[in-house]
Amino acid sequence: MTAMQPAVGASTSSDMTINLGPQHPSTHGVLRLMVALDGEYVKSCRPVIGYLHRGLERMMASRPYRQSVPFTDRLDYCASLNSNLAISQAIERIGGMAVPERAQCLRVMLCEMNRIASHLIFFGTYAADIGATTAFLYAFRERERLLDLLEAYTGARLTYNWIRPGGVASDMPEGYAAAVCTFLDGFLKELDAYDTLLTGNPIFRVRTEGVGIISPEKAIAYGASGPVLRGSGVNIDLRRTEPYDAYPQMQFDVPVRTEGDCLARYLVRVEEMRQSARIIRQCLREMPEGEHWGKQPKVFRPAAGEAYSRTESPRGELSIYLVSDGTANPVRVRVRGPSFVHLSMLPELVRGVKVADMIAILGSLDTVLGEVDR
Amino acid sequence: MSLPPLRRAAPTRTGFECDPAFVAGQFAAGVAVLVAAIAAASALPRLPWRLVDPVLIFIGSHPVVNALVKALTVTVFVTVHVIFLIWLERKFAGWMQARLGPMHVGWKGALQTVADAVKLLMKEDIIPTRADRVLFVVAPFLTFMPTLLTFMVLPFSPTWVAYDFPLGILFVLAVTTNISLGTLAAGWGANNKYSLLGGARACAQVLSYEIPMAVAMLSVVTLEGTMSLTEIVKHQQSGWNIVAHAPVMIPAFLIFMVCGLAELNRTPFDLPEAESELVSGFHTEYSGMRFAFFYLGEFAANFFTAGLAVTLFFGGWMGPWLPAPIWFGIKTIAVVALFMWIKWTVPRLRVDQMMGFCWKFLVPASIVIFCATAIMVMVAGS
Repeated sequence: MTAMQPAVGASTSSDMTINLGPQHPSTHGVLRLMVALDGEYVKSCRPVIGYLHRGLERMMASRPYRQSVPFTDRLDYCASLNSNLAISQAIERIGGMAVPERAQCLRVMLCEMNRIASHLIFFGTYAADIGATTAFLYAFRERERLLDLLEAYTGARLTYNWIRPGGVASDMPEGYAAAVCTFLDGFLKELDAYDTLLTGNPIFRVRTEGVGIISPEKAIAYGASGPVLRGSGVNIDLRRTEPYDAYPQMQFDVPVRTEGDCLARYLVRVEEMRQSARIIRQCLREMPEGEHWGKQPKVFRPAAGEAYSRTESPRGELSIYLVSDGTANPVRVRVRGPSFVHLSMLPELVRGVKVADMIAILGSLDTVLGEVDR
Repeated sequence: MSLPPLRRAAPTRTGFECDPAFVAGQFAAGVAVLVAAIAAASALPRLPWRLVDPVLIFIGSHPVVNALVKALTVTVFVTVHVIFLIWLERKFAGWMQARLGPMHVGWKGALQTVADAVKLLMKEDIIPTRADRVLFVVAPFLTFMPTLLTFMVLPFSPTWVAYDFPLGILFVLAVTTNISLGTLAAGWGANNKYSLLGGARACAQVLSYEIPMAVAMLSVVTLEGTMSLTEIVKHQQSGWNIVAHAPVMIPAFLIFMVCGLAELNRTPFDLPEAESELVSGFHTEYSGMRFAFFYLGEFAANFFTAGLAVTLFFGGWMGPWLPAPIWFGIKTIAVVALFMWIKWTVPRLRVDQMMGFCWKFLVPASIVIFCATAIMVMVAGS
């Protein structure tokens, strides 16, 4: 910080309030930021959310349990399968359903494929936020191939509605494992190339290194999770600390960086893509035989009670809380999303930085407005 | 149970695999086109040009007609070559980004820009209610006119230069500085906060980078002992500056290129129109033909900066076999492609880093180069 920087909070006549969004190229959706600027410096920033509010929690609570899965597709639309998993797990817990081993393995594979797709969006949009348009298109090319694969399996490209209470909707098509392996081979090679293109670029480095530092204490205090938390040096990954489905059998590393800046969060996500590829290969190699679908009651009326499921979505901890009163519909569905929590850190992180840094910090938090607004 | 049928064939390709025969065919076709182009270009001087001599003599002997024809030629050239440059830029971006670029209007999308220009012409002319009308209307022309003027002194060949001004470099420096006036007027006049920030950034950037650029150009002037652009090219008869005086001219050229990128608002210096921060910076509120003029000015400046680099460092129109203007065009397009290559590769700097790089590195470096050139000339003279 230089001597030019004005005192935080002091109001001068040169203040300028601008609205970034809800239609702005880099607010990633319909986020609106009310920013008070003093020249190039951000004095304060107030996120205004709710432009994408659809009342998903209430909608889920007003119909039978198993009909709520499609709504979760619209939560974090960059990683629908991970949201499918969260609600399915909560419903399985409240109803005491068992999931066959093969279905568990298929779920892990699908979630990791979606994690790669989601992190590719982050990679591309973050590069575009920093100003490198080309990396954006490369990331989307890889994502396109991945979406082709997911489409071949699930029939959808974005809102899959595929992981359902009790298992997954159907088994893999023939020859799918080979197709995924071919993709992964090419993808890892391309990822290394993109890494050289962007990560090694000195301009990218000076724009992200030391920018938007989140200390481990602050990250924990805000309730951050996922790559934001691990970028601050806290080694918590629910796939490792509270493993679910087939994750206990999987061999993978949890990337952790201690710097806590934008670059650390970026590097954690890039490394996670490699680890996801590793997990997918293990799933394909060790896929157990059996059914993809557990035994299901015709009418689903769980006993009165509550259930809470915690999953590691690409953005962090996505948890769903269900309350049942013994009828066919839940009394309350509550979604605890990582993007909402991370967005709440933004005003503190951007106070006193420059406009360009604010965009870099917002991008590094990787929020998805579908899940913030719900 | 039986597996469900594949909904869609699982993709198997990993990259852009190509049939070797296809690649070979493409290469052969490219070589054939290149040879044909060179043959056609070298035939140009053999055409019966003397048939038009009476016309040229008539134009040459009437000062007013002469000036008008020259001005018209330059204006038409500037507007028409931009159509090609925009197509090239979009194609280039497409190739870099693993896509095709414009493909539908004309051969490989060659007429896309024409279609876009027609569209822009037919658009409603919008001036924001709260805008400063005079500044808003004048700004696009303020940015375009200096660029147009600079083309008057750019030598395409010993004879193809609209006005062989003895103080050409001084003229260029004096005129291009005014571009920032237009961007500032646009930023202020639109009464939009993004525009204002963009205009302020543009002004600060262009004025700062003007200094090292001028000093880098001055080292060429010191070396050649003249400010006339045609004279500078003629002095490179024995060897291009960048080869003949490599120790000082290569760094000078690099400084010139970096400053050129900054003057042209291209990445890594595209802060004035940083899309992810300022939407489109100073031209956020512009649409239709007013916007087109900014675009026109920007791309024409691109060609001019590249042409200036060729004139100062790469021997201008000099080259074997082909006529002088063709050589000049080839070299200039090569430098323009270099600009595009950089633009589509690197991210954007932050505003303080941009200013710091100029004042803490480029300005001292350019002065050092300038002094080194002066010492070199002194030693060679004594």
